Amino acid sequence: MYRYDELDQAFVDARVAEFRDQTRRHLAGELSEEQFRPLRLRNGVYIQRHAPMLRIAIPYGLLSTRQLRKLADIARRYDRGFGHFTTRQNLQLNWPKLADVPDILAELATVQMHAIQTSGNCVRNVTADHLAGIAPDEVDDPRPYCEIIRQWASLHPEFTYLPRKFKIAVTGAAADRAASEVHDVGLHLRRAAGGELGLRVLVGGGLGRAPMIGQVIREFLPLTDLLGYLEAILRVYNRQGRRDNIHKARIKILVKALGIERFRELVESEWQANRTHATRLPPQEIERVRAHFRPQPYEILADLDASAAREPQFKAWYRYNTRAHRMPGYRAVFVSLKAHGKVPGDMSSDQMEALATLADRVSFGLVRATHNQNLLLADVPQRELYAVWRELERLGLAMPNIGTLTDMIACPGLDFCSLANAGTLDVAKQIQERFDDLDYLHDLGEIELKMSGCMNACGHHHVGHIGVLGVDKHGEEWYQITLGGSATGFTALGEVIGPSVPKSEVAATLERILEVYRGVRLEEERFVDTVRRVGLKPFKERAYAPHPAAA
Amino acid sequence: MRHILRRREWVADEWRYFGEALAHGDAVVVPLAELRSEPQRWAAWPGPLGVRLSAVDRLEDLAADVARLALIAVEFPSPGEGRGYSQGRLLRTRLGFTGELRAVGAGVRQDLLFLLARCGFDALDLAPGEDVAAAQRAFARYDVAYQPGSPALSVRRQRYFAS
Repeated sequence: MYRYDELDQAFVDARVAEFRDQTRRHLAGELSEEQFRPLRLRNGVYIQRHAPMLRIAIPYGLLSTRQLRKLADIARRYDRGFGHFTTRQNLQLNWPKLADVPDILAELATVQMHAIQTSGNCVRNVTADHLAGIAPDEVDDPRPYCEIIRQWASLHPEFTYLPRKFKIAVTGAAADRAASEVHDVGLHLRRAAGGELGLRVLVGGGLGRAPMIGQVIREFLPLTDLLGYLEAILRVYNRQGRRDNIHKARIKILVKALGIERFRELVESEWQANRTHATRLPPQEIERVRAHFRPQPYEILADLDASAAREPQFKAWYRYNTRAHRMPGYRAVFVSLKAHGKVPGDMSSDQMEALATLADRVSFGLVRATHNQNLLLADVPQRELYAVWRELERLGLAMPNIGTLTDMIACPGLDFCSLANAGTLDVAKQIQERFDDLDYLHDLGEIELKMSGCMNACGHHHVGHIGVLGVDKHGEEWYQITLGGSATGFTALGEVIGPSVPKSEVAATLERILEVYRGVRLEEERFVDTVRRVGLKPFKERAYAPHPAAA
Repeated sequence: MRHILRRREWVADEWRYFGEALAHGDAVVVPLAELRSEPQRWAAWPGPLGVRLSAVDRLEDLAADVARLALIAVEFPSPGEGRGYSQGRLLRTRLGFTGELRAVGAGVRQDLLFLLARCGFDALDLAPGEDVAAAQRAFARYDVAYQPGSPALSVRRQRYFAS
């Protein structure tokens, strides 16, 4: 993984000192809340329903075990002994004290971490495919480019006060596991016919109130032009993006208003005009960063049939919670943060520390956060899988539900967030309870359920195979259901099936929808494929039908 | 008398803003709209001339005037308004403006000084109530940067450079 050099460390240390001074001035009454707000946001501090929330950056989801132990320690000493992994591969602490935040940031800096630009109207944490570097279908590892963008975007003098937040995702694989088409900018590594590595550039995707799929602005960008081209996009956006209405300020609104052709003309002409002043990304700098992401020192191993002659529980876990690895004899192992009865994405300090010990032993001392709010041990020898399963079982991290209905994404909702209209966590619990039968869950197969507590869509409900959106109806929590969304490969926005349902009815409604699927699916057909094939009608008819028992 | 932070010095401002009491031959900063509506008056102004840009002013229209202008003031009316940073960068890099580039408005505070200076602003008309000594110290908050930036605030180490 990337290791800070002297510049990186000096920068982060200076940032801590600056925020310590800003916090002191705010607490002393010298900086009003209005003045302090944009400063704290750019250091990851929100003021939430109950307390400040601190969002710690995990660049492209990659953590060393030393860093994970530090997070565990911070969560225990400054919070309530747990943290919440987010869809941007970050970690949120929900109960820190504002006065403690500078100390927390100073502790993070000792392990080359920070909370810079995890909120505010600036370039946010750059995300990547969680299987980066190990996926069999990959052209090149996206993480060096994420790291380069992270550095370039850090306290960018021109682009730290954009009209609105700006999210970038990079993927190097054939399958889009980074939801790159619903980002402000999505970057796809690809090879030109001559073998040269470059990037396809998408712009204007996003979720929120006006969900849109990104459009290609450039089919092939040489790598050395990456930063110059991003500057052109951001400069056009910074100057022309709307600032009069927060709901119309994302770049997607500008792209839509101008049309992709006109927007492309503006960006390309800005890029050309700026040639002599554009930020260069020399090949040797790319190589310097790439050198931090070399493949691990793998053993030469053969593939094993790891699940042969093992108990069914292990076989289920193996099937659902592990993935193919580029190297023979290895597999990637999901650490499920979706145990039934638990808040999706939450992890205790004890679990973090035990997982760090395990990762040191079996996965080169590295752990990854995924944008589905799980963790991943990327490089596990197949001969260790049984022992790894036993240990994850012991830790409550082996729920064999990855990719299934209860591997759901949920934002923190009304319980924590001051923007939310409705709760998500108790609905998640309701769904976990109703779909607690593993055989039933596995029979339903691959389903992406995504839930947001308001239309800002932090839970990505538009791109869930099943989306659940909390809405406020005269002070009551109701839930709107969408079907057919997807952010992986074939990006599509889900369609609303009809009127929203009361809180108590969410899981039962989902069950009726899924019974329709079980009735009409073809062999091996995934839920979302059935929805695409048969349309919404049969689901609509059944979703609102009275329960047979009640009829 | 107004004082401003010019580079790192707290100095009396010899410029008058349009609307303030003005003597013939004074150095004066006029809004772009005023410059356009009274072109002859300002072309004939005997003293140094500056222009004041709001966040929505198109600076492409200013190319022909740059040589005549000794000062360009860019407005930062609120903490979140960020168009001025691009305006500053473009005035320096695209229009080749070498005179005084001044940030004005309620958003000009010590916490943004690093960004402003790296974008080429060499004079700050600080928001009312800003602590001058603290602002002067703020020049030393960062001695490294990732991006190319103006020598208005130089750093000892920088990652990326312009072409």
